[in-house]
Amino acid sequence: MGSGPAGFAAAIYTARAQLSPVMLEGSVTAGGALMNTTEVENYPGFAQGIQGPELMSQMRNQAERFGTTIVTDDAVSLDLEGDVKIIKDSSGNEYRSRTVILAMGSGYRELGIPGEKKLSGHGVSWCATCDGFFFRGATIAVIGGGDSAMEEATFLTRFAEKVYVIHRRDSLRASKVMQERAFTDPKIEFLWNTETLEVVGDEKVTGLKIKNSKTGVEEILPVTGVFVAIGHDPRSELIRGQIDLDANGYAVVKPGSTYTNLPGVFACGDLVDHVYRQAITAAGTGTMAALDCERWLAHQDQTNHGHRKEEVNV
Amino acid sequence: MSESTQKLTDANFDSTIETADKPVLVDFWAEWCGPCRMVAPILEEIAKENKEKLIVAKVNVDENPGVSGRLGIRSIPTMNIYKGGQLVKSIVGAKSKHDLLADLTGII
Repeated sequence: MGSGPAGFAAAIYTARAQLSPVMLEGSVTAGGALMNTTEVENYPGFAQGIQGPELMSQMRNQAERFGTTIVTDDAVSLDLEGDVKIIKDSSGNEYRSRTVILAMGSGYRELGIPGEKKLSGHGVSWCATCDGFFFRGATIAVIGGGDSAMEEATFLTRFAEKVYVIHRRDSLRASKVMQERAFTDPKIEFLWNTETLEVVGDEKVTGLKIKNSKTGVEEILPVTGVFVAIGHDPRSELIRGQIDLDANGYAVVKPGSTYTNLPGVFACGDLVDHVYRQAITAAGTGTMAALDCERWLAHQDQTNHGHRKEEVNV
Repeated sequence: MSESTQKLTDANFDSTIETADKPVLVDFWAEWCGPCRMVAPILEEIAKENKEKLIVAKVNVDENPGVSGRLGIRSIPTMNIYKGGQLVKSIVGAKSKHDLLADLTGII
């Protein structure tokens, strides 16, 4: 379930183990979070960097090459509790399997402030690579302090005249190299200890109401674009109630493995990991899930085989 | 671009929307937009399966800054649905076929 680096690593390994994997890659979210990024500079093996969508396309080809059946649709329900797992997609197809590897990843987190929803698509955006183009010569804001916020801010200076980075703390979570790039960019200005209160505008964004949490001073920043990069939430809605989740909705696995609370169900990637959240760590845990799955099946078959023998003997 | 969808430009946008004899779904897109690429084949299918009831048209925002600027497009893909020349629905962001068909219910 899922087609980011975790899903594809799991598919490649299970296909090579001849377990006949079927991947539900999703429809519009196929390829996962890397589809909305530009240059991936830290995935080992690509010395010159690689574009996110190109990396995903390579993974997809590799998974298909070893016989993964890829379905371009979204799951609408998962029944994971029985020996036979049943998954239904939005076209009404049903898939039955002995094991399921959950790799649905995470989705963009929203600010949850007034004006955000209403002005989404009218100046509020979650995808700099898609929408930066519309802000040529504009003054805009990027909200967040992690790698994706720095990447977006830096990318957006190609178009915008001025980019404010608004962060609620006084230091960044982003990697040093990304920070350095943003700090030295003359078009980027940082607003520290700053909370966002409201996206202002009737039909399009005209400003962003912010508050300095140290001084308590509120003001309206005159921006026409607001790019939200405050992190992600796990996409665990479909498994809630069956798979143990932590307080933030991440799937819980047995430490050092990808085993969930249900036999035959494994979880990996950003659905589980809120600490590392890298393409390469997702691929790593996707591989772990494939190996756990393969061994679990082998153990089951061995046990069943022994069992059947006994029956014959009796 | 296939036969199922129509290409609109700065020059023919208004006349096409106003004279269409059925609802028109206009997809504002660009080559460099990942989600636009994901939704493109879905719109192809919808166009093919509903050709009696719906026109699916596409505006490349790179090549046609006039119409996208005038309509205040700030995010792509944006899918605007027009009926009798009037905007009846605006969908922002890629969606699954299932969800897009739900959005079209009552319009086509």
